[in-house]
Amino acid sequence: MTERGRNIFLLAPAGAWFLVMLVIPLAVVLIFSFGERGPAGGYVPAFTLEQYANLPARWAAFKNTLILAPAGTLASLLIAYPLAYYLAVRADARWKTVLLVLVIVPFWTSILIRSYAWIFLLGGRGIPALLAMIGIEDVRLINTPFAVLIGIVYGYLPLMVFPIFVNLDRLDKRLLEASSDLGASPWRTFLQVTLPMSLPGIATGCLLVFILLMGEFLIPAILGGGKVFFVGNALVDLFLQSRNWAFGSAVAATLVVLMLGSVTAYMRLIRRLGAQREDVALM
Amino acid sequence: MYRTGKRSQIMSEAGYTPPSATATASPIAELRGVTKRFGEVLAADDLNLSIRAGEFLSFLGPSGCGKTTALRMLAGFETPTSGEVRLDGAVVNTLEPYRRPVNMVFQHYALFPHLTVAQNIGYGLRQRRPKPPRAEIDRKVRSALEIVRLDGFEGRRIWEMSGGQQQRVALARAIVNEPKLLLLDEPMAALDRKLRKEMQIELQNIQRRLGITFILVTHDQEEALSMSDRICIMRDGRIVQTGAPRELYDQPRNRYVAGFVGTSNFFDGAVTGLDGGTARVAIRDGIVLAGRALAPVAAGQAVSVSIRPEQIRLVRAATGGETGWPVSILNRIFLGEHTEYLVKHESLGEFMVLTPRQAELSDGPFNAGEQLTAVWDAGSALVLDKD
Repeated sequence: MTERGRNIFLLAPAGAWFLVMLVIPLAVVLIFSFGERGPAGGYVPAFTLEQYANLPARWAAFKNTLILAPAGTLASLLIAYPLAYYLAVRADARWKTVLLVLVIVPFWTSILIRSYAWIFLLGGRGIPALLAMIGIEDVRLINTPFAVLIGIVYGYLPLMVFPIFVNLDRLDKRLLEASSDLGASPWRTFLQVTLPMSLPGIATGCLLVFILLMGEFLIPAILGGGKVFFVGNALVDLFLQSRNWAFGSAVAATLVVLMLGSVTAYMRLIRRLGAQREDVALM
Repeated sequence: MYRTGKRSQIMSEAGYTPPSATATASPIAELRGVTKRFGEVLAADDLNLSIRAGEFLSFLGPSGCGKTTALRMLAGFETPTSGEVRLDGAVVNTLEPYRRPVNMVFQHYALFPHLTVAQNIGYGLRQRRPKPPRAEIDRKVRSALEIVRLDGFEGRRIWEMSGGQQQRVALARAIVNEPKLLLLDEPMAALDRKLRKEMQIELQNIQRRLGITFILVTHDQEEALSMSDRICIMRDGRIVQTGAPRELYDQPRNRYVAGFVGTSNFFDGAVTGLDGGTARVAIRDGIVLAGRALAPVAAGQAVSVSIRPEQIRLVRAATGGETGWPVSILNRIFLGEHTEYLVKHESLGEFMVLTPRQAELSDGPFNAGEQLTAVWDAGSALVLDKD
């Protein structure tokens, strides 16, 4: 077999999968998005830009997604980084594995069940009731953007913790000694050595969480209670409830474009931050 | 982050002050009864040492002897369990590493992979408060690069440098700060033999030029002997002997030092008689050796008599007046300048003789199996503590 033949052989399964499961459905979505809704729902072939013209009708879903996905990513990062740092740098070697397992444990239960648990916690008889006991009345948490944010951080934290942990765990601790030896205080060592060296982990974690959040629908559906909804929820609604496949396809196509745009911009930024760095593969 | 300017112009190494005449009697650094325990392990046991300004001092010993712990206590990475570490007269036991005027060249260099060569070298200067002007940092970085002969490499990345070059960057990153002490933790361990030789000479030259006090940790006796003004021999967390290389070689405190600094032949026995500084030692089968006792010994004490291989001569016929043993040649290794013979004595066993080329020429090389007489001057045999 030639070199070329071998390469084709290696790529064939993934290529076939990619074609059938991704390229064709995307093409179908794209074609549908220029069509029209049938009288009884579904899709009628046509070529019109009407569906795209209607996009502002679903502006709230886009707005929520474009605000809460980055906000959720940032919140996860801010909570995950100190945790990952503790696990990788500070934690006693004996406890490290146990603590890491504790980070994963929530993954053993369905996110549906875990999110339902938050309905109780954030609902009228949960945290607001506790706050009322200490005199803080009328706090509404459930069905607010805040509730959705909590659900997001809770659900996606491990995805952020792990890449950063792996990165920090591999960081040569002698570099920290060298920095200290050269006169940098612990805080300055963190800013000048640890943080830049952990950029690849941060980049990976953020990308993972952000992409998943852009397509999220479960958490807003459960904790947003129909008040805080993402594009994902709009799609469920359009395809399953109102059976407007053409408009749904236009919304889906728009989401894909938005994601491609933001991820491309993000990777550019990361590449610039890590310009000329070959010590670590950033992307 | 800062960037260096274009290609450097040649700068003199102004800013580096030689040790100067101010090298007073007071030591620049001191260990006073310093002990360090890691749990059950006694890593350093009652270390006492004065380090003089401008000297090149080596800690020499096998791995686990406590030399690295001693170095790390000077750097501030370890806090002594008891005793005092002093820098410039002040006790610094618990002073953080980043507050000490001390810099270290790490064993595996620990260079920052996310910074350029120039940024690595300027790192220490940039931590100073108030922060020096960029022009001054650039100038010092270029000057340091020149000292380690890496000018023009400012913008390179660490992974683009060879092992030897990385070592120079690590050295430059330390000396640019003009530290009171420069600590070197087995800096040459990762270099190949040829490069190591070159670096040894260069390191010594740099030390002389800059006048910075160098403290080297090594397990390589040759390295310590060739570079140091003084060597501190360590074993099991203790300092066995501190002295100039020649002093350690000629007047070792015990058998351990004599074996660690250079090579020697040892003959174990018990002291049978004393005559001033000379002790007579019964070895075996009625053979008695006389040697100089550098430290007081008592009759009956178990000792080792040390005779360096180069102090023994092989002759075909003994002329008398010298101590002599009949030996046979087992093996001959030609080393160019010298020839190394492994010889055997009937009851004392095998030992080494190093014969200079000059002697070979007059007396001719000896062949395996030849019966000869091994002779030495009575003064060259040393009676040493066996420990």
